[in-house]
Amino acid sequence: MSVELTCIVCPRGCHLVVHDDLTVEGNSCPRGAAYGKQEVLDPRRTVTSTVPSNSVSFKVCPVKTKDPVPKAKMAEVMAAINAVRATVPVHVGDVLIHDVAGTGVDVVATRDLLE
Amino acid sequence: MKDIIVVGGGVIGAFIARYLSQYEASVLVLEKENDVGDVTSMANSAIVHSGDDPVPGTLKAKFNVLGNAMFDQVSKELDVSFARVGSMNLAFDEAQLPLLEELRDRAEKNGVPYQMLGKEEILRLEPNVSPTVVAGILCPTAGIVNPFTLTAHAMENACDNGVELHLNEPVLGIERQGDHFLVETPIEQYCCRMVINAAGLASAKVAAMIEPIDWTITPRKGEYYVLDHFGPGLVKHVLFPLPTKKGKGVLVTMTTSMNYLVGPSSEFVQSEEDFATDTLTLNEVRAQAKAMVPGIPFSQQIRVFAGLRSTPSTKDFIIESSKTYKEFINVAGIESPGLASAPAIGKHVAEEMAAKILGLKKKESWNPCIRPYVHLQLMTQAKKNELIHADPSFGDMVCNCEKVSVGEINDALNRSVPCLTIKAVKKRTRAGFGKCQGGFCQPRVLLLLAKRYGISPLEVLYGRGDSQVLEEEVKK
Amino acid sequence: MKHVDLVIVGGGSAGMAAAVSAYDAGVQDILLLERSPYLGGILNQCIHNGFGLHEFKEELTGPEFLTRFVHQVEERHIHYETKASVLSIKKSKIVTYVSPKGSFEVQAKAIVVATGCYERSAGAISMPGERPAGVITAGQAQLYLNQYGYLVGKRVFILGSGDIGLIMARRMTLEGAKVLGVAELMPYSNGLNRNIQQCLKDFDIPLYLSHTVTNVIGKGKLEAIEISQVDEKKNPIPGTEKRFEVDTLMLSIGLIPNCALLDKAGAKIGPARGAEVDDALMTSIPGIFTCGNVLHVHDLVDYVVEEGKVAGKNAAAYILGTLEEGAKVPTKAGNGIGYVVPGSVALGEEGGVSLKFRCRAPSKNVYLIVKQGEKVIKKLYKLAMIPSEMEIIKIPRKALENSQEPLEVSLVAKEDAAHVR
Repeated sequence: MSVELTCIVCPRGCHLVVHDDLTVEGNSCPRGAAYGKQEVLDPRRTVTSTVPSNSVSFKVCPVKTKDPVPKAKMAEVMAAINAVRATVPVHVGDVLIHDVAGTGVDVVATRDLLE
Repeated sequence: MKDIIVVGGGVIGAFIARYLSQYEASVLVLEKENDVGDVTSMANSAIVHSGDDPVPGTLKAKFNVLGNAMFDQVSKELDVSFARVGSMNLAFDEAQLPLLEELRDRAEKNGVPYQMLGKEEILRLEPNVSPTVVAGILCPTAGIVNPFTLTAHAMENACDNGVELHLNEPVLGIERQGDHFLVETPIEQYCCRMVINAAGLASAKVAAMIEPIDWTITPRKGEYYVLDHFGPGLVKHVLFPLPTKKGKGVLVTMTTSMNYLVGPSSEFVQSEEDFATDTLTLNEVRAQAKAMVPGIPFSQQIRVFAGLRSTPSTKDFIIESSKTYKEFINVAGIESPGLASAPAIGKHVAEEMAAKILGLKKKESWNPCIRPYVHLQLMTQAKKNELIHADPSFGDMVCNCEKVSVGEINDALNRSVPCLTIKAVKKRTRAGFGKCQGGFCQPRVLLLLAKRYGISPLEVLYGRGDSQVLEEEVKK
Repeated sequence: MKHVDLVIVGGGSAGMAAAVSAYDAGVQDILLLERSPYLGGILNQCIHNGFGLHEFKEELTGPEFLTRFVHQVEERHIHYETKASVLSIKKSKIVTYVSPKGSFEVQAKAIVVATGCYERSAGAISMPGERPAGVITAGQAQLYLNQYGYLVGKRVFILGSGDIGLIMARRMTLEGAKVLGVAELMPYSNGLNRNIQQCLKDFDIPLYLSHTVTNVIGKGKLEAIEISQVDEKKNPIPGTEKRFEVDTLMLSIGLIPNCALLDKAGAKIGPARGAEVDDALMTSIPGIFTCGNVLHVHDLVDYVVEEGKVAGKNAAAYILGTLEEGAKVPTKAGNGIGYVVPGSVALGEEGGVSLKFRCRAPSKNVYLIVKQGEKVIKKLYKLAMIPSEMEIIKIPRKALENSQEPLEVSLVAKEDAAHVR
């Protein structure tokens, strides 16, 4: 049985059909094919959020999971994100949580907070 | 013991309080809402009518004409935007000409300057009016005013001169006891020698607290459109159709902030709390306005709102002592032309009624002016720099649509009339009144309010009632 | 009065891109004015990912994207001022602005206006019912949540399927709110497909197509809303009302170019509600350029940046006297097309011209035709087009003819397109 999906790799949002043998149709680029396969086998999402900071100019520091995490783990990832704080100075890419919720993925800052 | 309690902090209560503050008397204003001028005084056409419309001999005619004449001075003393742009009532049908004649007769009898206009003259003065116009009457003394600051600044002037103002304090009951009144609120029971009922939509209820009354107040809803400022020239006068039994009709006007206002509808409603707008009514308002000015760019619409007029069963303003007690004065049924009449009503009630009845003495000194507000936009480059160098917060813009700075908001937050909500800030300073409707600036206004009153941002109110903007702090 | 070669109004992605490209094109005397305390504009609150695939060939969040541009601005030592609010622009290219440092008048040789857009509000669509707290635009809710750390509500309904609303449905859900649904007036979604998937479907949030809000209930704070299905004419169908007890109605009902400064300066405004421009992105006032969302609302920041670079480069050329100004051909939005930017294109032999436009309604199996008079310049088959996706077509400039016939973009059904060659 094939599965129909909307590709979320880029804003184009291609309509994908993933067949039983994991071949993908409807994609406009190789990234779409990879996404289709991944979405059927192990759906993953990038989680973006914020954490409180002690910066004078920004009350919160935006963060993201450096890579997509298993979709089913999003709630756990959020719980972990909500438990940390960012202390200045922070730079884009600084790791705020190592291996969040056992996913093997780090949570990193997505903004510079220098003071 | 207070000398006088004024029930209601709308434009009428504010002007009564202002003129009472000339006297050696303790005056307390009780307002049920969390801001002054927050009901009828806030949601109306913002017109200072010339006085061509009220039936001669009525209180409406008298106070409209008297009030209109006071506006040049009052607007200067109270630092309120006001412009005598003149109004036109326009006929679009030969059959309406007798009505136009009647309007002329009323203007004549009311002592209102006017000029009759033919089609060509109208189209020369107002090129955007529909060419189906037949004739009209121009009343040059009509004006536009900022209704928000008119009320707030009149009350501020009263408070600066010693009047006490309590917000969030509705009157629950009034009783006569010996030679004074007991006024009950959820917070206190006050004793006073005189009660002045300026409770607007609730004035019949307040009047009935001390005696049976033979008049009623019915809320009459008016729905409006507000258009953004888009360069001058759509209309230059306040444009009305000819009045009907339902009122003055749908007008098209600019406001003192160069927005355009289109409305109102006119519909009796059951509830004093019915401020809802509805699509059918607004469509009708739009159609009527387009019949008068076909090219109104409704694409520039930024807001719709509804206001409630306090329409009296007597068809005229009620400004008199109650039957039983001369010390209980009803000032009720102040529908249009109430805004125009407000200064004259306030002066009359204070000077000709309250002061005489209680035998009040004037203070030796009374300041008719409020501390001026900063109008950065109107300043010269040198003055702007002087101000900003002295206080950089005047150069820190919060509202970019209407150009309002942190300094101006903090000024409004530190006046004698409390400014407690985001909407109160909007009414005082225009921050959030523009095209983005606070989309960009509201968080900053909210934080300035929280800081000023030492409260959590979660507690800051948008406007009336429990109108908290924020629900939860998720990143502590 | 200060004199500066180039003043750029707005330090968001368009303004920063314009500054960088003008600098690289040889104009270094630049003043970049930003009203907020930091550069980056609206990207500061767009903490989600999905930016930069064109510009940087990788997927970035809004803050990461803007940080790269801030670095580009700072590496070049381009002079910028924050908390600087422009009060007016004159035709004579005098810019007046205030900041906590004072009030300033600057005479510029050229100006780029990159002031972005604002959200359509409840009042702009005559939202029926009351006006309690809790009716809020999606961008404002986003600002409160992503920059201040506050949730505006715990039970949320969303009107409009624009991308900001969809993105906020996911954000608020992740932060602990319950999003009860999204109503869209049109029979199709206005957001990107991928956002329908990852922001609604991922969280089982229902999307009610052909529905709108028909009542807002609440004196102080919002208590409930009512939605109704609409017919083909978008009129609510009685009897289809559904009530939702919510504390927040979030609006994602469109963005409008914030071109008040240009309007008041006297620039002509075009059908996309931004200024009318030629393909150098110059407005009807010589030397005043505009780009980004203040020109027309884009769906991707990458295209905003691209446009900013064009405006910056041409503003530099104007200052250096190398911007060629010759005869121009007007453009026209033909059948099925909402608007075309630019409003005119210059004739010439060199290079290409980008035409940006949106279709009026979703269309399948159509040909996009670009023609001038009877001459077909481009014919392109499109399997599907939707209004929420901006289209870009490039045509060679030398294909244009020197005539008053406009360059028209239109949609033709596949079966009717056979005769168009």
